[in-house]
Amino acid sequence: MDTMRERFVATATELLDHDPRVLVVLADITDSQFEPAAARHPGRVINVGIREQLLIGVTGGLALAGLRPIAHTFPSFLVERPFEQVKLDIGHQGVGAVLVSYGSSYDMSAEGRTHQAPGDVALLDTLDGWTIHVPGHPDEADRLLRHAVAGDDRVYLRLSGESNAQAQPVAPGRFLVARTGHRGTVIAVGPMLQPVLDAVADQDITILYAVTVRPFDAGALQGAVAASGSADVVIVEPYLAGTSNREIDEALMDLPHRVLGLGVGRAELRRYGTPVEHAAAHGLDAASLRERISAFLR
Amino acid sequence: MLDMTTKQSARYGYRDLGALMALMTGDEKHDPASTSTRDALWVLYDRVLNVDPRDPDAPGRDRFLLSKGHGPTAYYAVLAAKGFIGRDLLPGFAGYDSPLGHHPDRTLIPGVEIGSGSLGHGLGLAVGTALGLRAQDLRTPRVFVLVGDAELDEGSNHEAIAFAGAIGLDNLNAVVVDNASSTYGWSGGVGTRFEREGWSVVKVDGRDHDALETAFISPHEGRPHAVIAVVEPKNSAVARPATNVR
Repeated sequence: MDTMRERFVATATELLDHDPRVLVVLADITDSQFEPAAARHPGRVINVGIREQLLIGVTGGLALAGLRPIAHTFPSFLVERPFEQVKLDIGHQGVGAVLVSYGSSYDMSAEGRTHQAPGDVALLDTLDGWTIHVPGHPDEADRLLRHAVAGDDRVYLRLSGESNAQAQPVAPGRFLVARTGHRGTVIAVGPMLQPVLDAVADQDITILYAVTVRPFDAGALQGAVAASGSADVVIVEPYLAGTSNREIDEALMDLPHRVLGLGVGRAELRRYGTPVEHAAAHGLDAASLRERISAFLR
Repeated sequence: MLDMTTKQSARYGYRDLGALMALMTGDEKHDPASTSTRDALWVLYDRVLNVDPRDPDAPGRDRFLLSKGHGPTAYYAVLAAKGFIGRDLLPGFAGYDSPLGHHPDRTLIPGVEIGSGSLGHGLGLAVGTALGLRAQDLRTPRVFVLVGDAELDEGSNHEAIAFAGAIGLDNLNAVVVDNASSTYGWSGGVGTRFEREGWSVVKVDGRDHDALETAFISPHEGRPHAVIAVVEPKNSAVARPATNVR
């Protein structure tokens, strides 16, 4: 299976071939992989060098010129470092763009904190009008990228080195019902579906699969809660724990409900090692999830 | 966007700008030293830019980006003088129901290319706009971005200056209004910052309309162009009078 990053390059290259509105803007990261596309489309694959404020400024300027830019780098350098450019050069200008990150929260576990941005989704969530997709498989990344580029709005596509074993028939903006049960509902976001299935697929629990987390599919959650007869909800997110708790509270505001938000911890680990080790440290491996979910959905 | 019917057909000259600005400030003796950008703006809109208030979104128009969004009364006065907005909007300046704030918002005012105010954003947006025009093979329209010498303290500008110089982005023009307000100044003059990155640079008297016009349209094939428009220092009590006014 290819990685989401490889699929991103392949799909974006195809979109460059077929849609003259599309441009790719880079800040050195993934530049070599786009060399064939750059050779075919001079002027439409733009590498600004290691200049992330300019990466987003240029992206905003291209959108102002009527184009559909895709900006790409690691999440820490795409969302955190140039956050004011994201807010002003895109949002405040009233234009759209597609931001595509690769690296998730701890794909680059050995690189340390400087290359990890588990707060990226929470940070973007402070802004208006951003659609946020977190695919769990290269096929889903492909579908969501094509959907994003076809529009004119503001989209963040968060790609990961971790993938679920199988692609799901996702529809942008909608949660999928992966399992139905009665003890409560678990919402698994993107690549968290595999460890959630490994943890609790044998239990009497509803599992929703989310690849679009903003806007949040409140209707799907309300339907799952009604069908299961329990308003106990766990959400498992591959970024900062609790990022979507508020969305769940708003979706279920008319019901007494309980929410457990699982995800990447706020405290710096200050460890290197592998993504598997980091998942375990944050309690996001299958064994930890089984224990934590089972304890909550009594 | 404003209703086009609110605009006036009357045209104004440079000598009317003071009165138009007074509608916003309420000060008939408005200190000209606070309007460092006034002459550069007027010469751009009066003599240089290919823009039309009847079609402010025309794809082939020149783009003018006011990066230094502070103190925009001179900008609004020029936009009113040239018919982009009605004179009747000026007295409401900075009111809750007015589209004219202390920092311009492109979604509220026809002909305003960017919302600005936070310093250091216009050059990056201008680089992207210039690249976007190139990508669409629109070779005629030019991009002008106005920055201040103190605004260039922001590091984001230097990402844009270095990159635009490196790729020879010759449809990009920076207008640096230099009123010596940068906290620590620029060693050798602010123009050297652009020259070092391969830009074409011209330094002119920022109150001399003919000199500004000549600088704005001077050829610079293969290189982005910076016009350093020097005006009196920010805290000067009196501005130098404009010269070569038509």
